[in-house]
Amino acid sequence: MALLDIVYSLAFYAVTAVFVLGLALRITLYVRSPAPLKIPTMPAPLTKQGVALRMFREVAFFESLFRSNKWIWLFGWVFHVALALVLLRHLRYFTDPVWSWVVLVQPFGMYAGFAMLAGLVALWLRRVLLERIRYISSPSDHLMLALLIFIAISGLMMKFVSHTDVVAVKAFMLGLIRFDWQPMPHDAPFMIHLTLVMLLMVIFPYSKLLHAPGVFFSPSRNQADDSRQRRHLATWARDMEAN
Amino acid sequence: MADFETPALREYPVIPHLKRDATAGLSPFVAKPEHQERLGFPGELLDNWEDVAIAKMGELLEKYRALRVYLDSCVKCGACTDKCHYFIGTEDPKNMPVARQDLLRSVYRRYFTFAGKYFPRLVGARDLTREVLDEWYSYFHQCSQCRRCSVFCPYGIDTAEISMAAREIMDAVGLGQKYCNEIIGKVHKIGNNLGLPGPAMQDTLEGLEEDIKDDTGIDVKLPLDVEGADVLLVTPSADFFAEPHIDGLIGYAKVFHQAGISWTLSTYASEAANFGMFIGSYENMRQVSLRIRKAALDLGVKRIIFGECGHAWRVAYSFLDTLAGPFDFLDPRYPVPQHICEFTYDLIQRGALNLDRSANDHMVVTFHDSCNVARASRMGSMPGGQFIIPREVIKASCNNFVDMRPDTIHDQTFCCGGGGGLLTDDLMEIRVKGALPRMEALREVQQEYGVTHLAAICAICKSQFAKVLPYYDFPMDMIVSVHQLVSNAIQLGTKE
Ligand code: SF4
Ligand code: SF4
Repeated sequence: MALLDIVYSLAFYAVTAVFVLGLALRITLYVRSPAPLKIPTMPAPLTKQGVALRMFREVAFFESLFRSNKWIWLFGWVFHVALALVLLRHLRYFTDPVWSWVVLVQPFGMYAGFAMLAGLVALWLRRVLLERIRYISSPSDHLMLALLIFIAISGLMMKFVSHTDVVAVKAFMLGLIRFDWQPMPHDAPFMIHLTLVMLLMVIFPYSKLLHAPGVFFSPSRNQADDSRQRRHLATWARDMEAN
Repeated sequence: MADFETPALREYPVIPHLKRDATAGLSPFVAKPEHQERLGFPGELLDNWEDVAIAKMGELLEKYRALRVYLDSCVKCGACTDKCHYFIGTEDPKNMPVARQDLLRSVYRRYFTFAGKYFPRLVGARDLTREVLDEWYSYFHQCSQCRRCSVFCPYGIDTAEISMAAREIMDAVGLGQKYCNEIIGKVHKIGNNLGLPGPAMQDTLEGLEEDIKDDTGIDVKLPLDVEGADVLLVTPSADFFAEPHIDGLIGYAKVFHQAGISWTLSTYASEAANFGMFIGSYENMRQVSLRIRKAALDLGVKRIIFGECGHAWRVAYSFLDTLAGPFDFLDPRYPVPQHICEFTYDLIQRGALNLDRSANDHMVVTFHDSCNVARASRMGSMPGGQFIIPREVIKASCNNFVDMRPDTIHDQTFCCGGGGGLLTDDLMEIRVKGALPRMEALREVQQEYGVTHLAAICAICKSQFAKVLPYYDFPMDMIVSVHQLVSNAIQLGTKE
């Protein structure tokens, strides 16, 4: 075990803690803040099941975005679906034996990396070239795309340019999970890839990436249209009435 | 007419290029101390307004999940950028919904998020300065809270919620809007937006009874404060005096008359509108709503029905039970509350009304979906009933009906340009410019189908169109009430 392996191992735990705790805190905050008024965007489903379906269409197909703008939808959706496949594919570095459905995803996951990169580049081009979207972008919006693009490129390099020893990668990861530390492969693409991913995990709970949990807490999408059926009252409003 | 140019109607709507600060200087009159204090707000801008504003923002973040989630979740995808009628009409980039949100979000980030505290430049966070406050005052009064942007946002981010919060913060520091706050004060004191006292109402209603009698020879009543009536009708006070609103009121009266259902208006709750929503004030909205509860209890009615008004119907449909419920003292067979269009539609379905469509043969009618009815409430028992029911009422009353372009109706409808507390002369420029997309869609059906009339079910839409149509060379009286069409078609004396 070189010093570098120890540094990376410790950093990995720290980063995971920031990611998990930061996200948990944020989500707790969302859960605990009340939604005092019924504000679903209409027409809205009348029942909880209907809401679940609406949410599913929103999360799986980006329904509202599709209605809004076909280009943003295309690029955004391709990027997210590809990202999901890539993430699933990565499970094989964290599980032993590898679950059979992960094996099935494997071949798709590999090419999804390219789709993900294409989606990201297209989104960035829009952000740079379109006057309106350039106007609403902060430096962080550009940097976020840059970060994701470099993650995708470094990942693809490991597979298609300078082959990384994935057996060693897997041993390193499993070692981290089992608290039985193993050395990691010391080659540039892998180390860049891992560093950038850790950076992304740290940023996640403090950035616009909160849209991922946020969408589930959006009252305009997660409320049922039943205000004439049952009375909806927030705790603070009830307290106010009591006075 | 005014010192601004009415935008030209475009044949093919395209997304405009940005014209920075095009309407930066456009802001409504500031509330006077007396208007502010009546609502419990500081009379004028506090010396320590920055601290108070930040504290208020913190309080709202605790009270409203929507605000926090919406401020956190925007990814700057740009999907909403071309969806706001005020952006389309003014070309000012700060009227793009996400940019409007960012006026508040930048301050939220600075004071409430890690990134904004330590890396403000990176994430576009800003200190709250006088310039920022002035910008809020301008641009949060250039949002009609129509929710069109929310329909298209992948996370449902609703700029209306943001602008309500911003207005509440501004009220808390003593920078209120005159138009809204003066009006809310009148409702608290007198019972309606106009400050119309009971005797004046009585006079008006008697005058209308005479008019109907002259017109039709039939005694149709417009009862006021009748205890024991079945139905309490709560309608926007504009229905008592403005054109074409008043023709709608006459229509409701005729419907009640032919159906033989006893009803009454109330002097105490003589206003359906609830501007408490526009300023984001739960407390004010609640006080206005409680008047309706009290009137219903005092008069001992069984049902509550709302007249044609968009945001009033949102407050009624979505919030009334929350704010002033429970309404378990009313007849459980009817939803609380009901919309007058639901009521009339039911009667039509049951064959209880005798309507002669040919009475409206001189018109080719199209229908303007009002934002708050379309995107914030419902009618009937199924989703989307708010689109179907008013159209069915229109079609039962006239032979010639056509819809405007599909991407300008239903939940994609464009605001009239005057909603959300903007219906005031000091904001005429934004009202005219914001009407552009609706006017374009109207021109299309006028040219293609010879549409002569635009029907609406909202007091604000009606007033706004009456004022704005002439700017675009449409006749002012093109705008009609839906129940005005019913009123024309109903054959009094044949069913009762
Ligand atoms: S709510 Fe309506 S007026 Fe306000 S930003 Fe959204 S689209 Fe524009
Ligand atoms: S559509 Fe929603 S997420 Fe996209 S820029 Fe607008 S507010 Fe932000």
